[in-house]
This record gives sequence, structure tokens and C-alpha cells, in this order.
Amino acid sequence: MKRKLEEQFFKALMILSTLSISAVLVMIIWTITSRGASSLTWDIVSKVPEGGFYIGKGGGILNAIIGSIYITIGATLLGLMVSIPVVLYINVYAKKNAWLATTTRLAADILFGIPSIVYGAFGFTIMIYFGLKTSLLAGTITVTLLVIPILVRSMDEVMRLVPDDIGNAVYSLGGTRWESAKILIRQCVPGIITAILLSFGRAIGDAACVLFTAGYTDSIPTSLDQPTATLPLAIFFQLSSPIEEVQNRAYAAALILTIIVLLISFTAKYFSKKLSKNKI
Amino acid sequence: MTTEKPHISVKNLNVHIDGNHILKNISIDIPDKKITSFIGPSGCGKTTLLKTFNRLLDRQGNVEITGQVLVDGEDLYSPETEVTHLRKKMGLLSQRPFPLPMNIYDNVAYGAKIHGQRNKKELDKIVEHYLRGVSLWDEVKDRLKEPATRLSIGQQQRLCLARGLAVEPEIILGDEPTSALDPISTQHIEELFLQLKDKYTLVLVTHILRQARRVSDYIAFIYMGEIIEFGTTEEVLLNPKEKLTKDYVKGYIS
Repeated sequence: MKRKLEEQFFKALMILSTLSISAVLVMIIWTITSRGASSLTWDIVSKVPEGGFYIGKGGGILNAIIGSIYITIGATLLGLMVSIPVVLYINVYAKKNAWLATTTRLAADILFGIPSIVYGAFGFTIMIYFGLKTSLLAGTITVTLLVIPILVRSMDEVMRLVPDDIGNAVYSLGGTRWESAKILIRQCVPGIITAILLSFGRAIGDAACVLFTAGYTDSIPTSLDQPTATLPLAIFFQLSSPIEEVQNRAYAAALILTIIVLLISFTAKYFSKKLSKNKI
Repeated sequence: MTTEKPHISVKNLNVHIDGNHILKNISIDIPDKKITSFIGPSGCGKTTLLKTFNRLLDRQGNVEITGQVLVDGEDLYSPETEVTHLRKKMGLLSQRPFPLPMNIYDNVAYGAKIHGQRNKKELDKIVEHYLRGVSLWDEVKDRLKEPATRLSIGQQQRLCLARGLAVEPEIILGDEPTSALDPISTQHIEELFLQLKDKYTLVLVTHILRQARRVSDYIAFIYMGEIIEFGTTEEVLLNPKEKLTKDYVKGYIS
């Protein structure tokens, strides 16, 4: 009797938890949709701010949408260029439990836990050091630093799960470590896509990293050394306005951000399924 | 000991892993074009010994290997030895089949491709030849472009054998290659081994005594990291000289 009660109690608890997180998601979407939908016009996504935009006059946030996409794609690509060699080194080239591999994993774990505002401050310092202005380049580099540990950790986690025997099969056919690495990448395509997705989501939504480094401007950047607006900061600045229309536009910006993330997420899932057909 | 021409010659091999003495002073001559089985209880070092032959063991950290392993007179552990070239000489069949994440055709063609074969016609020939060699061709010829993982586990193991043979090795190492297979698939593999020994030297690790009796010409009994007895199958299984071997063969120790 006691065990049955216990069973039911924990079952109820689990259902409650599941429902409450789903409820939070629904509430978030409801809030941004109900307040932002009315301001989500064609103008908002297709125009840059016109004079007086921040007191409720015409224009849109195309500058922030483009800026965010530039920074996110740039940072994810740069991040991959750094983190793929790192994970291949610790999973293929280094011997098991090699000193450097263990240290790299520890470093990635610690970096993963560092708040993004610290990356923002760090990015700001190196920006000053190299004499850069707030710019697309400085923002992208800072966000890259933010996403590298995410990419390394999540790719490493899937690669560690691949049995050694796959690599051994390549070696015993006379394959090199590079050939073994290519097979490992093939085997881990879905995991790599998930990692890219996580990094993309973090990069596009992070305000603290770009606050000091990317700046904010009403025009779309045409070169790397120009400052750029971003969606998180577009939300931040407009939400702090006392004018209701401007506040609603902040919600509209949040809605756009969410839609971009969802779109990327679904396409990635689709491709990951298609590409993982040959997986073990 | 045997009077046959040795293909692999192990001399005073000692292996320490994480400070544990796993293989103690092993010396053995594996005869050419015969099937030699390593038998012994779990953890006795038989798989470790097999892995020293293709140098997969040194991929693990903290391994210390001393002594010599000579293949055709060439020392595997001499610093000049090129590891990839050496591994090509040895096909490996692991406990469970691990097909590569690609289709059936590419699995067999993979080895030839990484060694520089690009000619489509040649590759077609190689794939068909080796799939026939493991009597898998008729079962898969209409589905060569399907992922290898769709095959049954027994078919996968034969595919892995074909993949290994396609790089033209001289030696086939089998690490309990039938332990994940059903009796019919096991029989398939064993029959293949008996055919293959015309051309290849086979070294098998097994803990199934009946399998060792069915397929091997020579048997080495390994216990606690030492070779206790090595001789022909009849000698070791029917007339063991050592008490430990006798106990193992009779099932007193396992």
C-alpha cells in the first residue's frame, strides 16, 4: 500500500513538473505574441529605423535582424573552425586520458560556466587593446568566444559515446588518424548539428556579449569595422522606453528572434535526420 | 613448440597497462597459413596479446610494451616501423561487427579507396569479389546502396570480414569474432575461416573450447598473462601436459 502511494505521488510530481515547463513555454510565446503581434508589420522586418523611430514613428528593425544574423553565422562558423580541431584532437589524436585532452575538457567545462557578460567585458578589453572600435568584427569575435565552449562540449559528448571499435576498424584497414577522424565526423553528424544549433541559439540571443563590442546603429553594416545593431539589444533598448508602441515593438523583436531560432531548429532537425541514415 | 615456418614471432613480450603486468614474458611463434587460437579465462590477456599484433594497444594511454613482435622478420615495435602500413597487413574482426557509417558498397570499397584506388570499375570488381568471398554477394547484390546497418548482425560480421580482406592483408586477427552471433552465423564464419587459411594466417581469440577445437590447427593456452601451453589442437585439448591446461580444458577453472 505504501509503495503504491509512493509510486502515485512521484508520478503526480513528474506530471506536474512536465506540465509546468510546458506552461512556461506557452506563456512566453503567448506574451510575446499578444503584445508583439500587432507591431509585427511588414515595415518592422523590411525597414531600418527612420527618424523618431524610438519615440514611436515609422521604420523597422531590419538593421538588428541583419546584424544578429551576421554575428551569429560569423561566430558559429569561426567557432566551428576552432572547436572541430579541438574535439578531433581530444577524441582521435590524443591517447586516452592524455594530459592535454583532460585539461582541454576541464577548460571547456569552466568556460561553459562563465556568464556572457564576462565574455562581453573580456571582448571589450581585447577590443581596446587592439585599438578596434565597437564593430561587427569585435562583436563576432566576442560571441565566438562565447560559443566555442558550447560547441566543444556538446560535440565532445557525442564523440565520446562512439565506440573505439569504429576507429580501430579504420586503423586496422591501414587508415590514418585523419581518416579515422573523418569517419568519426560522419558518425556524429546529428550530434554536430545539435551542437551548431545550440551555439546558434546562444549566439543570436545573447545581449551581454554584444553590448560593449558590437555597438548599436540604425544602419545595416556594410563592412566588418562598422558597428551593428542586434536583436537582443533592439529588445533591450525599446523595452526600456515609456512609450507603449515602442514597447510593443520590443515584443515584436522578441517574436522575430524566436521565429528565427525555431526555423533554424526545424531545418537542422530535418537535415540531421536525412544525414544520419547511415549511422550505426 | 612447432616446426612450422612462423609468420608472427613474439619474443620476450611484456606489457604493462596502468602499472599492471598484463602480459608476462610471452614468446610464441605463430605458424604461417594456419589457424592459431588463444584460449584462456576472461582477463587472462589473450585479447591484449592479439592487440599487440596490430599495435592498436598503443592507442590506449599508459601502456608500456617491451620485447619484440616480428612479422615476416620486421619488428613491429621498432621506431622505424610505419604503423599504417603494418596494420594494412592485418585484418581485424572484432567481437561485435562495426560497419562504417556508409552503405554496403562503400564499406567494402573503403579500404581500397583510402589506399588510392579511385577507378570505379576496379572498385566494383573488388566489392563483388570480396562479398562473394564471404558468401554475402547473393544476399546483398540488389541493395548495395543501403546502409550497412540494415543488415543482420551475422551479415554485418561477414561484411566486416570482406571489408578487411579487401585491403589484401596477410594475417587475420579475430577477437572473439563470433561472440555476438547466432549459431548459424557462427557456423558461416567458422567455415569461412577454414577456407581462408589457404591464403592467410589466422589468429583467433576465443573462449569457446569447442570452437577452438573445430577450427584451430594450433592452440595457445594463456593464464594470468603467461602462455602455459602451446601446441597442436590435439596436444593441447586432448593430451595437455600442464596441470593448469588440464584443469581449464576439463572446466575446473574458467
